[in-house]
Amino acid sequence: MGETAMTEPLLRLDDLSVSYQTSSGLARAVDAVDLVMQPGEVVALVGESGSGKSTTAHAIIGLLPGSGRIDRGHIHFGGRDLAALGDRGYRSVRGRQIGLIPQDPTVSLNPVKRIGEQVGEVLRAHGLADRRSARIEAAELLDRAGLPDPLIRMRQYPHQLSGGMRQRVLIAIAIAARPQLIIADEPTSALDVTVQRQILDHIEELTRSAGTAVLLITHDLAVAADRAQRIVVMSRGRVVEVGPTERILADPRDDYTRRLLRSAPSLAPARAPRARAVPAESNTPLLVAENLVREFALPRAPGRPRTIRAVDDVSFSIGRGETLGLVGESGSGKSTTARLVLRLTDPDSGHIRFDGEDVTTAKGQRWRALRRRAQIIYQNPYASMDPRQTIEEIIAEPLRVFKVADRSGRRARARTLLDRVALPESVARRKPAELSGGQRQRVAIARALALTPDLVVCDEPVSALDVSVQAQVLELLVELQADSGLSYLFISHDLAVVRQIAHRVGVMRAGRLVELGFTADIFDAPAQDYTRELLAAIPGQRYAK
Amino acid sequence: MARYLVRRLLQAVAVLWAAYTISFIVLYLLPSDPVSIMANGGQGEQNSVDPAQLAKLRAEYGFDKPLIVQYVDQLGRALRGDFGRSVQNGQPVTTTIRQALPQTLQLAGFALVLAIVVGGGLAFLATYTRRRWLGEALLALPPVGVSLPSFWVGLMLVELLSFHWRLLPALGNAGFSSLVLPAVTMALPTAAVIAQLLAKSLKRTLAEPYVETARAKGLRPITVHLRHAMRNAVLPTLTVSGMVVGHIFAGSVVVETVFSRNGVGRITATAVDFQDIPVVQGVVVLGALVFVAINLAVDLLYPLLDPRITAIPTTVR
Amino acid sequence: MSEPLLEPLRIHLDVEPAPEIDVVRRRGRTFRFLLHRPGLLVAIVIVVLVLLAAFAPGIFTSQNPIVGVPAHKLQPPSRAHIFGTDELGRDLFARVVHGAALSLKATIIAVSVAFVVGGLIGLLAGFVGRWVEDVLMRFVDVLLSIPGLLLSLAVVTALGYGTIKVAIAVGVASVASFARVTRAEVLRVRQAVYVEAARSIGARWYAVLFRHVLPNAIGPALVLATLEFGTAILAVSSLSFLGYGAQPPAPEWGSLISDGRNYLANSWWLSTLPGVVIAAAVLATNRISRALDGEWVKQR
Repeated sequence: MGETAMTEPLLRLDDLSVSYQTSSGLARAVDAVDLVMQPGEVVALVGESGSGKSTTAHAIIGLLPGSGRIDRGHIHFGGRDLAALGDRGYRSVRGRQIGLIPQDPTVSLNPVKRIGEQVGEVLRAHGLADRRSARIEAAELLDRAGLPDPLIRMRQYPHQLSGGMRQRVLIAIAIAARPQLIIADEPTSALDVTVQRQILDHIEELTRSAGTAVLLITHDLAVAADRAQRIVVMSRGRVVEVGPTERILADPRDDYTRRLLRSAPSLAPARAPRARAVPAESNTPLLVAENLVREFALPRAPGRPRTIRAVDDVSFSIGRGETLGLVGESGSGKSTTARLVLRLTDPDSGHIRFDGEDVTTAKGQRWRALRRRAQIIYQNPYASMDPRQTIEEIIAEPLRVFKVADRSGRRARARTLLDRVALPESVARRKPAELSGGQRQRVAIARALALTPDLVVCDEPVSALDVSVQAQVLELLVELQADSGLSYLFISHDLAVVRQIAHRVGVMRAGRLVELGFTADIFDAPAQDYTRELLAAIPGQRYAK
Repeated sequence: MARYLVRRLLQAVAVLWAAYTISFIVLYLLPSDPVSIMANGGQGEQNSVDPAQLAKLRAEYGFDKPLIVQYVDQLGRALRGDFGRSVQNGQPVTTTIRQALPQTLQLAGFALVLAIVVGGGLAFLATYTRRRWLGEALLALPPVGVSLPSFWVGLMLVELLSFHWRLLPALGNAGFSSLVLPAVTMALPTAAVIAQLLAKSLKRTLAEPYVETARAKGLRPITVHLRHAMRNAVLPTLTVSGMVVGHIFAGSVVVETVFSRNGVGRITATAVDFQDIPVVQGVVVLGALVFVAINLAVDLLYPLLDPRITAIPTTVR
Repeated sequence: MSEPLLEPLRIHLDVEPAPEIDVVRRRGRTFRFLLHRPGLLVAIVIVVLVLLAAFAPGIFTSQNPIVGVPAHKLQPPSRAHIFGTDELGRDLFARVVHGAALSLKATIIAVSVAFVVGGLIGLLAGFVGRWVEDVLMRFVDVLLSIPGLLLSLAVVTALGYGTIKVAIAVGVASVASFARVTRAEVLRVRQAVYVEAARSIGARWYAVLFRHVLPNAIGPALVLATLEFGTAILAVSSLSFLGYGAQPPAPEWGSLISDGRNYLANSWWLSTLPGVVIAAAVLATNRISRALDGEWVKQR
C-alpha cells in the first residue's frame, strides 16, 4: 500500500483466498480479501451466511476446518506472515497474541473439565503461570470477565452454568494471556437478547481498557453499528465495502450494503411501522385464550419442584385479520402457548375458543375440523418437511388429508399456491434439500395456506433466515394478510421483527404474559420494567441516537 | 447415592432373573421332550432309550410335575447356586464350570487387554496423524478385522506360527506361550470393534467447538487430543463395554475348540454336542452375569468420568 | 437449574461454504459414484458371484461336490482343481461353490428372522410408547444381556442340529439389536418436526405412520440388515465349524474349514481357501452396508 502509516498496522490481510475441498471440487469461500486493523481498533466483519466472514476469522487464527486451505495471500500480524507459519509457530500466536471468543458458548467448553482448569490452561500453555499461580489468576480473570463468585464457579463444570455465564468464561479464556487481538465470532447469537447486550458491553469495556483490538464477526448490522469503529461488509467471499461505521450507515455505496441496511429491522427506527389500518373490532374475535396453564414434569430431584409452569395464566384474543405478536426470551413459554392455541398440546387448565366455539377439549372430528382453520409455520422449515417428499406433495398434503379435489385438482392447486408465495413452478418436483432456506419457508407458508385457514401461527418463522431473506418473507406474510384477511399469531424473540408486522404485542416472561398492548404503545411507552429492558437490548440504538 | 446403588443393584438382579427365565424357556420349553434329549445324549435315534430309565429321569428332574412348579423349583435351587447335574458325567454344573473358569478368565482377560491396547492405539493414531494416507490406511484395518471368521484366523495362526515357523505351541494349556495365539485370535474382532467405535467417536469429538476452543488457546496438538478429545470420546464407547466383554467371553467357545484348550468354552461346546441342558443353561446364565456385572460397574463408574451424569442432579442457575 | 429447553434455542448457523446441490441425472451419478469407489465395485461383484454360486452352482463348476476320486486325494491347488482336493479326493472348489447354497440360505433365514421379529418389536415400542414400550424394551435388554453366541448355542441345544435350526438360532440372537435400531429410528422420526407438522395438518395417525414414519425409519433398519448379513455369515459358519450345521457329506463353509483342520500341517489349502471365501463375502457385504449407511446419512 502506498500510504505511509505512522504505525505498522496490527493485522493486514493481503489478497487472502481460502478454498474448501468439497465433493464437487474446490469451493472458494474467501476471495482476495484485503483488510487492515490498527492496534486497539474495533472492526466489524458483517455478512450473511456463506459470505466467508467466519472462514476469514478462522484463517487468521489458523484453525480452518479439515478441508479448508489458504490458496494465496498473506496474513501479516506482529511482523510475521501467519499464512506461512507452521503449526508449531502458530501455537505461540493462538491464545497468546490472538484470542478467540467462539460462537456458541453452550458447546464451546469441555464438558468434563472444571472451569478453573480450562481458564488456567491458557496461561500454563504459554508459560505465563505454573499450576498454582494459574489457579489464582484464573479466579481473577473470571472476576474480570464478570462472572459472579469466581472461586465457586472455578470448581464447577460447564453444564452447571447458564449460557451467559459460559460466555463469560470463554471471554476470560480469550483475554487471559493479554492478546493484542481478539476475534469474536458471533459471540452472542446463541444468547438471549438481554444477555447479549451485557456480554457485548463487557467485551467492549475489557478490550477498551486493555487497548486490545477486536475483530467482531456478526450477521447483524445493528450490532456492528453499535460496537465497531469500522465496518467491513462481505458477500460471497468478497469484501464489498469498507469504511467508518457512520459513513457506511449514512452513505452506503455498494448495492449489497444498501440492501442489507434496508433489511435490518432494528436499523430503521425512523421508518414508521407499516401503515396498516388496525382491523375494525368485530363482535367476536377469531380466537380467545383464557387463563391458559400448562405444566411440564421435571426430572425428579430432591429440593426441586416436580413441575415447571411453562405457561402460567395466559389470556389474550386475536381479531380477524389481526396480527398478535408474542415476544419473549428462551424459556418464556411463547412456543408452548402457540402449540396450546393450536391444540397440539393440551392445557392443564383454561379455555380456548375458536370463532365462538369452545375447542379446549375438542377430539376426533372436531379436532380435525380445527386443523382446517388453524395452521402453523415452524422456525426451521427444513425440519418441518418430510425429506422424502417433493415440494408438490408437501404443499398438497393438507388437501389430500381432507380429500379436497382429485389428484390433478390438487396438483393444480399446489401450483397456484406456489405462485402465491412467489416461487417458480419448477420447484414443484424438487425435494426440500434442494431449496434455499428462504424458499423452504415460502413452501411452508404455501402448505399452511392450502386449506385457506383463518389463523396461522408463525413460530419464529424468520429467525433461521438471513436478514435480507427475512425481510422478503415478512413482506409476503403481510401481503397475504392484506389479500385474504388472515389472522396471525406471530411468535418471536426479536422485538424489531415483531414491531414490523404486529398490530398488538404481548410480552412473555417465565410463562406469564407481563404486558399486552398496541404495538406503538408497547414500543413508545412500555409499562413494565421487563419490557423496557428488552427494548433497551435491541441493537442499533446507539447509532440511532 | 445409597438409594441409587440399591436401585441399580435390584435392576441388575432383575435382568439376571429374566435371563435365567429366557434360558429356561429356550432349553426346557422349546424342545418337545427335554428328557429324551438328555437321556439320548444327543446321539443317534431316540428309541434306543429304555422307557423305565426315561421315567426315572423324568422323576429326577421333576418333569412329571406341571411346568410352573418345575420352573419355581429350579429357580429356587439356582438361587442357592445349584444348577443341577451334568447329563454327561453327573457332576454338579457349578463344580464343572468353576473348575474350568480360571483358564477361561486368564485367556479372556489377556485378550481384553490386548484388544483395548491395540484397538485404542489404532483409533488414537489414525485420528492423530497429520498424514492423511496413514490415517486412512489405519482406518481401513478394523472393517477387515470384523470380517474375518475367528476360527479361521486361529487356524491360520497355528498353520503359520506353529507348523510353518515353529514359534509358538499350537494347542493345549501349557504356560504363557500357549496363551498367545488363542488370545490374539480372541482379541482381533474385539480390537477391531473398539477401534471402529473409538475412532468414530474421536472424529466426532474433534469436530466439537470445545476442541476448537482448546486449539485456539495455543495448546499442543497432543494435549488437545488426549486431554480434551480422548476423555470425551471414550465416554460413549464405555456403554458398550458389557457387550464387548460378553462377546469375548462367548468367543471362548470357538477359540478354545480351535486350540484344544480346556475352559468354559470347551465345556460349552461339548455340552451342546451332548445336549447337556443343565450345563448349557449354567453357561448362558454365567454369560448374562458377566454382562450384567460389567454394565453395573460401568454405570457406577460413569458419574466419576462424566460430571454431567450424577445420581443427584445439582445444576446451579 | 439451567434454563429448561422448552423452546428450541435459536442459533444462526454460519455454514460455510453454502450448501450447493447439484441435480445431476441419477444414472450418471450412480456410475460416477461407483467409479470413484473401486472397493465398492469389487464388493458388489463378489456379492453377485456368491449369489450366483448359491443359486446356480453349475455356472462355476461341473465337478461333483459329494463324490470324489480317491486317487486324487489331497492334491494341492492346480489347474484341474483350483482349490485342490480333500482327503476323499473331492474337488474343494466344487464344495465351496455348492456350500454357498446352504450357507447363504442359512444367512438369509437368520437375517429375515431378526429383521421381521426385531423390526416389529422396535416399531411397536417406538410408535405405541407408554407401557408397551417399557415391556418390550425391557425384554430386549434382557435378550441383549445374553451374549449372542451363547444364546444361539442354547437354541441349537434345544432344537438340535441342521442348517435351518442353526439359522434360526443365529436370527434369534440378533433380534435384540434390530429391535433397538428400529425403535431408535422410529422415535427419531416420530419426534421430528415434520411429523408434528403432518399431525397439525390433520392427518390421521395411521396415515402419519405409513406416509412419514415408516418410510423414513426403515432405511437404517435396512442398512443394519445388510450389515447383519455379514455378521450372520460369520455366526452361521462359526456354528457350522463347531459341527452343529448340515451333517456330512453336505458341504457348508464352516464345516469345510473344520474338516480341513486335521490336515492343517500338510494340506494348508483345505482350511485356508474356504476361509478366504468367507472373509471376502463378509468384507463385501460390510463394504456395501457402509456405502448404504453413508448414502443414508447424506439424505437426511
